[in-house]
Parts: sequence; structure tokens; C-alpha cells
Amino acid sequence: MTAADDRTPTEADVCVVGAGPAGAVTAYSLARRGHDVVVLEAGERLTPADHHRRMEMWLRPNFERDSFWRDDERDRYTTTGDVDARLNETRVKAVGGTSLHWDANTPRLHEEDFEMNTRYGVAQDWPISYADLRPYYVRAEREMGVAGADDNPHGPPRKEPYPLTAFEPSYSDSLFAEACEELGITMASQPKAINSEEYDDRSECVGYGVCNACPSGAKYSAEVHVQKAEAAGARIVDQVQALSVEHDRAGDYVESVVYATPNGRHFRQEADHFVIACGGIETPRVLLLSDSDVYPDGLANSSGAVGRYLMDHPSVTTTGTLEEPTRQSNIGWVSSRSDQFYAHEETGSGSYHLTFSNTAKSTSGGAQSRSPPTSPSRLLDIVSNPTSDTVAELATDPLNEMQLGDALDLPTTSGPPYPLSIRGAGEMLPRPDNRVTLDKSKTDNHGRPVPSIDLSDGAHVQETMEHCLSVQKSILTELGAEITEVETLSGRRMSTHHMGTTRMGTDPAETVVNEECRTHDLANLWIASSSVFTTAGANNPTLTIAALALKTADHIDEKL
Amino acid sequence: MTENQPGSDDGVPSRRQFLTALGGTAFAAAGYGYGTEPSGSVAVDSVTGSSAHPASGEHIEALTAIATAVYPSAVSITPSFIESRVFGRVEPEPGHFDKLVTAIEAVDDHAKARFGGRITDISAGRRRQVLQSMGVTTVHPTADGTTAEQVRFYLVGDLLYVLFTSPMGGKLLGVDNPPGHPGGREAYKQGPEGGEP
Repeated sequence: MTAADDRTPTEADVCVVGAGPAGAVTAYSLARRGHDVVVLEAGERLTPADHHRRMEMWLRPNFERDSFWRDDERDRYTTTGDVDARLNETRVKAVGGTSLHWDANTPRLHEEDFEMNTRYGVAQDWPISYADLRPYYVRAEREMGVAGADDNPHGPPRKEPYPLTAFEPSYSDSLFAEACEELGITMASQPKAINSEEYDDRSECVGYGVCNACPSGAKYSAEVHVQKAEAAGARIVDQVQALSVEHDRAGDYVESVVYATPNGRHFRQEADHFVIACGGIETPRVLLLSDSDVYPDGLANSSGAVGRYLMDHPSVTTTGTLEEPTRQSNIGWVSSRSDQFYAHEETGSGSYHLTFSNTAKSTSGGAQSRSPPTSPSRLLDIVSNPTSDTVAELATDPLNEMQLGDALDLPTTSGPPYPLSIRGAGEMLPRPDNRVTLDKSKTDNHGRPVPSIDLSDGAHVQETMEHCLSVQKSILTELGAEITEVETLSGRRMSTHHMGTTRMGTDPAETVVNEECRTHDLANLWIASSSVFTTAGANNPTLTIAALALKTADHIDEKL
Repeated sequence: MTENQPGSDDGVPSRRQFLTALGGTAFAAAGYGYGTEPSGSVAVDSVTGSSAHPASGEHIEALTAIATAVYPSAVSITPSFIESRVFGRVEPEPGHFDKLVTAIEAVDDHAKARFGGRITDISAGRRRQVLQSMGVTTVHPTADGTTAEQVRFYLVGDLLYVLFTSPMGGKLLGVDNPPGHPGGREAYKQGPEGGEP
């Protein structure tokens, strides 16, 4: 029996549930200070060679992209709102969590995101400000290895340089830049946790162009901090599902996490402090599953806010074509963005940011939700929504092509005309009816109710993204592009960002965790996750998740 | 019920173990990375760490001959390209290379039985006819399907994958650095004439 096979409990100061970015960063930050840390992770550990396999699976339509971690029975869920949750296409249950297939974009939230009620009279303020989180952003950027440049006039204030120099703009960025300049729209570099040079014992980006399944390790994943935590003495136990969190008689302290091993045995991990780091869906779920006489509505849920205020980042995309080459698909990541409309004063509605394509209409990489063209679900999608793009994709994908030799059809990024696109992702305000509950009519592999996701957009999102579409259209029109496709909110699916379901605040009657990310109800229960976000802003959450995890680890360290 | 006594989960095959063939691979990754050359060119053998693929020289020659039928005539293919790109890559799933070898043998057997010679001894046009007469061009690629479906999945699918993740395939697409090829970070910055914008 190897150490990795031993899934029995051990002595621990801190038990962390979840080995994604939040859990791994928390575990490392505490382990390096000499604390005994145990991390419980439902999924498996991948090897370096597995990442090369994943790249092939990502590029070949006839492989299942998520087969490395998906477990249909364990990962069941229900989706009831207007927005399809598509959970198992977006989240990853494995050591490293969803950072195993993220895009690695790491902008900070803006100052206004922390003060939405004070500034605009909407939502609620966070109990901490941008200034409070700022030093942790600096640390998080160093931990993850963020490449960027201080060139964003509409970005949040910063003094410290990024640890790595920004990636240079793409050729198509230069086409967009001319149009944006005419319209008075400022572009900036996209900060990202991908190495622009060797950093932290990882290679620079070598341009595989398949970022979601990066095989080189140039893209940060939380596997980095899992390894660092282990080197500092932490113990990572994979393939164990946390079933419930158990408290003392009075309900003041958590005493243990009950978990199940692959062979069905149940164990109880005790510790002085517990950190739930299971993302925006499973974090509220495990609390709701841990109800008791003291907490009949779910652990740490005196406020009734556990599961409520679910937010994601709705997005819209406008695609057009030019007669001149746009040089798409020579790299996998986005190099330029604009935060010009990350401001309520500008839009009259809500904030959003723009990103400019380097992979418009690519037939490989890039589109996370792409399924095999010949799968029944894919065919149904195409039949029900026969856009020119989906039909062309089905007709021209070479891995399903029936012609051979010189008649072989090729995936088209060559032209003319040549494609390019602009994507916008925007803010969703917290609303109590957007929520995660338990669906007691459906159970997982341990007979536990599955999460039920009810998410709808509402007027604020509609107005915000309509403004975004109008700006996208004006830029492409200024460029002289013919607009060929507009992806609106209609029929949209939930984004990869799940936030707000154990919100942070000062009032225990309204919120789940305090400004330290400790639950109001239980003195030794902490949450490291985007689920603590009071508002979501319009920017990718992972850097903020890591910054909050570092801050939370400091608070736990003070208590130990 | 919970228990606190020591125990083991030995013998329970994991999802990843089910998906990967660890035997024979000796993948060594440096530091926190996964193991590529920072120069931008991946040494495929260093990734797989294995030369123990199941294909013989005859299999490689036969697959090279089939590639001339599958690929456009503008593509020039050598046995070393096929060996390093197809059998030198990390095996995507356990048994994949064995199934590919079986598919190669099925095509060769069909050529001998119906076209009067080994697949290596007939013209590219005749090789296409071999694949067409087996039904390979009119089925969906299916890993556990009929012979034709498996030839489509393992053999044709692999040939297309290695072509379109190589610079040679990129030329056909009009993409200098196609997805799946570690071609560095110059091409995305270059304009249509090859220079900086």
C-alpha cells in the first residue's frame, strides 16, 4: 500500500475540502507555515502524460473531453431556470479542480465591484474594499505567475508590476485597434496566468494553442499548489467524497468531515479548523446536506442565504468577416481586452468587459462546450439551431470527413472571407431567487440529493448585454466587417463562473461568512471559494478566489 | 457508519487508470510543468518515453501507404513522420495502438484479397478504392464498431489528427501554427505578409 492509497484520516490542524485553486492555495499557505493540513478531493490526480492525452481528446471530436474526471452518477444535477447549468461541461472534479481546463484569464475585480450599493444603490457592498484585498492580489499574481502590463486606463489601480511581462498583441488585435481608436475605445493587454517566460519551474508558453488542455504546464493550474503543499508537508487524499460536515452538540464548532472512499468505506476526518473549497455549487450543497437539529436548514445557514444569490457571467459574441486575412488560430489565448465599459456611467446599465478573438471560428480548441459533431446531442443542437457556423462545422470537420485525398475537406480559417469576433462578458447582480437547492427526487452515487440550479437573467443582465452587443456591432462595422453571426443571451447556457452562494457580509442575518471568510455560525468553519463573492463584477473570478484564499489562510494562521 | 481504523483502497481501479495505459511509459516532467522543451519543439520520444509500440516496420510502411491515399497529394509523407507522430505520441487510451495495428492489418488484408496486392504495392488511387470498398468513407468513426467503423476511428482519425497538428497540415489550413503543434509565439503576431503589423 502506498501513501497515496491510504485514505484513512490522520491528525490535522486544518482539513480542506476541495483541491482546486482555492483549496490548494489555502493548503499551501498554511502548510508552509508548519501547520498539519489534510486536503480531501473527490476527483483523481492526473499525471503529466495525462495532459498530453487530454489535448488529443480536446482536439478530436470523437473523444469525450471530460472523460478524465466525469462520473455521471456522482456528478448528477438538476437545472430548472431559464439558463441551462451544463455543470459537467464546465466544472472539473479532479486534483487541480476547474483550473485543469480554465482559460487562465486573471484580471482583478474593480474597486466599484466592492461598493455597488454605496455607488449605485444596487446589490450590497462587500465587507472589504479593493484596498483591503489589493495586497493579496499582488501575492496571488506572484503565486499563479500572471503575465500582464500596467496599460489599462480603465482597469483597477495598481502600483506593483506583474511578475511576468505581458504577451504581445496579436495581428488581429492591430486590426481591432484601428477601429477602436476611431471610436475612442481603449484596448489593453489581457492579464493571464500563463508563462510568457520560464517561471516557478514551469516552461514558457510554446504555443500549442489548446489552452483548455494545455499539455506544457505553461498555464497555471492548481496542481502547482497541490505539489507545493505536499512538499511543505500537507497530505492530499484524492478520490474521497465529503458526505457531511459534523458539528458539536451546541453547533458552535465543526468537529469532523465525514467522507467516503472509492471502496465505499466511510471515515471521519477531525481537525481544529475546516475549510470548504468546493466551488459555487458543491460548497452550498455540502452545507445544505449537513443539516442538523441545530441547523435544520443546513449547516451555517441561520441566514437562509446558503445557496441563494447565485451569479455567473453572461456573455455575448458578435462574429464578422473581412476580405483581408485576420490570422486566426495561430495561438490559443486572448491577448487584448477593453475595460472601457466596465462602468455604470458609461453603459447606463451594468459593467462588462470585451475581449478580441485570436481563434474566431476555429474548428479546434477554444470552444469549451464543443461536442462530437456526430453525437446525438450535437446533432440535435444543430437541427434545432442550424446557424451557418454549426452547419459548416458539421460539414467541414476533417475528422468526420468522408472524402479522401485531394477531395479532403479542410477546416476553414483560410479565406477570403476571413473571420474575427468580439466577446463580451458582463455583470449579473445578486438575486435571492437565483439559487442552488437540493433536488430530493434525484440522488448521487451515495444516495444524497443532487444540486438543483435555478438561474435566470433578469432585466439588468438584458440591458447590460444589449449595450455590449451594440458596441460590438459598432466596432465590427467601423472595421468594415460583414457581421455574420450574433450570439445573444437567447438560449444561453451558464458560464464557467459560479459565484455568490455563501455570500460574505457583516450581518449574520443576511450573509453566510464574515470579512475573514469564516462562517458567522461556526467559529472554525471557513469558506474558500467564489461562493463568498458578495457581487460578481464582470471579470473572471479565479485571481480573486486565490487572493481571498491567501487572506483566509492568514486569518486561520492567526487562530492556530 | 464511519470508521477510523487504518485501511486501504487497494485494487479499486480509478477513472484515470481506466483511461490511461501507464505500463511502458516513463514520463518525466521537470518542476511543476508537464514536460515539454521550452524551445518550442517537443521531443515526442521524451514525452512518451516509450519505443515499445506494437507496430512493426511493415505496419509503419502500410500506414504510410494508406496516408498517401487519405492525405491530399500536396502532402509528402515519410515512414519516419508516421512512426514519430502516430506511434511516438502519448497513447490516448489503453489499447489504442493495438486497435490501430489491427485496423492497418484489416486494410492490408482487404487489399490483398480484393485488389491483388499489399496496400504498399498499389497506387494511391487504388488505395482509396480499398478504403471505399471496405465502407470506411461512408461510416461514422466508432471505437467499438464494425471493422470499417474502427478503421475510420483508429486509422483515418489518427492520420488526420497527426496531419492537422503538424506544420504540414497547417499549410493546408492557412495556419502557420496549428492547434496541437507547439510552434512558438511568433506566428500569431505576424501579418499576412509574414511581418509584424
